[in-house]
Amino acid sequence: MTKPDSLQSASPAPADDVIVDVRDVHYAVDGRAIFSDLNIKVRRGRITAVMGPSGTGKTTLLRLITGQILADKGQVVVLGRDIEQAKSSEIYALRKRMGMLFQNGALLTDMSVFENVAFPVREHTDLPEPLIRRLVLTKLQSVGLRGAAELMPTELSGGMARRVALARAIVMDPEILIYDEPFVGLDPISMGVILRLIKQMNTALGITSVVVSHDVKELATIADDSYLLSGGKVVASGSPKELAASDKEVVHQFMSGEADGPVAFHYPAPDYFDQLLMGEEP
Amino acid sequence: MSNGREENFIVGGIRRMGASLLFLFKLLGQCVPALGRPSLIIAQIYNAGGRSLIIIMLCGLFVGMVLGLQGFQLLQRFGSEEALGSAAALGLLKELGPVVTALLFAGRAGTALTSEIGLMRATDQLTAMEIMSVDPLRYVAAPRFLGGVIALPLLAAIFSLVGLFGAQLIGVQLMHVDRGAFWSQLQGAVGLGDIWEGLVKSVVFGITCSLIAVHEGYNAAPTAAGVGLATTRTVVASSVMTLLLDYVLTAFFL
Repeated sequence: MTKPDSLQSASPAPADDVIVDVRDVHYAVDGRAIFSDLNIKVRRGRITAVMGPSGTGKTTLLRLITGQILADKGQVVVLGRDIEQAKSSEIYALRKRMGMLFQNGALLTDMSVFENVAFPVREHTDLPEPLIRRLVLTKLQSVGLRGAAELMPTELSGGMARRVALARAIVMDPEILIYDEPFVGLDPISMGVILRLIKQMNTALGITSVVVSHDVKELATIADDSYLLSGGKVVASGSPKELAASDKEVVHQFMSGEADGPVAFHYPAPDYFDQLLMGEEP
Repeated sequence: MSNGREENFIVGGIRRMGASLLFLFKLLGQCVPALGRPSLIIAQIYNAGGRSLIIIMLCGLFVGMVLGLQGFQLLQRFGSEEALGSAAALGLLKELGPVVTALLFAGRAGTALTSEIGLMRATDQLTAMEIMSVDPLRYVAAPRFLGGVIALPLLAAIFSLVGLFGAQLIGVQLMHVDRGAFWSQLQGAVGLGDIWEGLVKSVVFGITCSLIAVHEGYNAAPTAAGVGLATTRTVVASSVMTLLLDYVLTAFFL
């Protein structure tokens, strides 16, 4: 078994410091292995980046962590609770301590920006209306969209929608914040804003962050720990700088964005000429 | 080869019905807590019922008018035009009201429900709710199901009333059937049992059509094609089930 190119994150962390622990996880869909022997540790108060080429199962990993799917083998321990062993009600209780930013924002389209942010508060607390109003406006202010409180999701740009979704994700003061491809489709200004907000949530609120993305350069500026996934397992881990300096071929290809390498440019196919000439007279 | 296909079709159909039943049990479990949020249910009664009102009234009027014309032609042969009121009322209350309303409901409200929930699935809104520890079955599916179940019998009653008005319009105003005979025959022929039969049918159709619409939307593949397919399935399955159950219930009440 090839060991991952463990650079820095292998530095032992105290057990109670690990807030998400993915241990020897195997997961397959229709017999096709998505993960085999996957090991990832997310430490409290840090920003952990999970990177990898498209189709390596990054979003699937988030679904495992949030208990939407269960691993075929291995353990996923979140906030000290084994997801596999947890009852549905316990998973729901666990999720109250997590926030998640979806790739497209996933705002509820029949509610205004204000109501979207207020939604989890109304569902889980009996706070009086003036307090909910103050809480929502505070969170919207922190993402710079207090002025957009009355807009509907259809009136927002992609970057604004993601910021509203971020305000909604933090409104219950979660311990872990999970970002699924937060930079996809954003212009440079919006991308900078989201980057700054992720860092700010981490430093100002002490929220542990897990960022799944393939935007290497952007992540390198904020991540404390990084994992690179390929072929269903971690092929390298460490700080972004250490990953950038790695001489391992697959890491080098991903970090420098080369079109061909261990991750092949061509999808497996029969011989090119044979296929072109197939059915023609000799 | 065709045997294999038929087998797949049958097995697929049974699997789908089983999945719908399991979904119904889960949904019913969430209907009780959903009743504690009447504002959500009222909004869905308006969506499924209020927004279908015009089409239901319009179709009810035309069906009643056709019933008036055809009924008059038929009854005239036997010299009993005065029975038009009772024939129209029984036809509307026991059969046409619940059945045609259910078919229209499947086409108008059922498809809207399926595509709305399917799009919520495709745009991760349902997953976002799950992550926020809000069960989408309770918050999204149950109020829509209950809204449909309550709206359909109300719509069927309105359909029958408007249809009766249409039949009276043709019979009394156009064909000059005696007004007193029309209404007195109607009053004499229609009993509580007939109204009960129509009510039971419309409630059963309401449960069936709403369940199919919500189930198809909730389990739609999260793609444009998936939502389209789910919407088509809603109309086809609701229509077939409505007519099948209509036969079963009619046989039961005879």
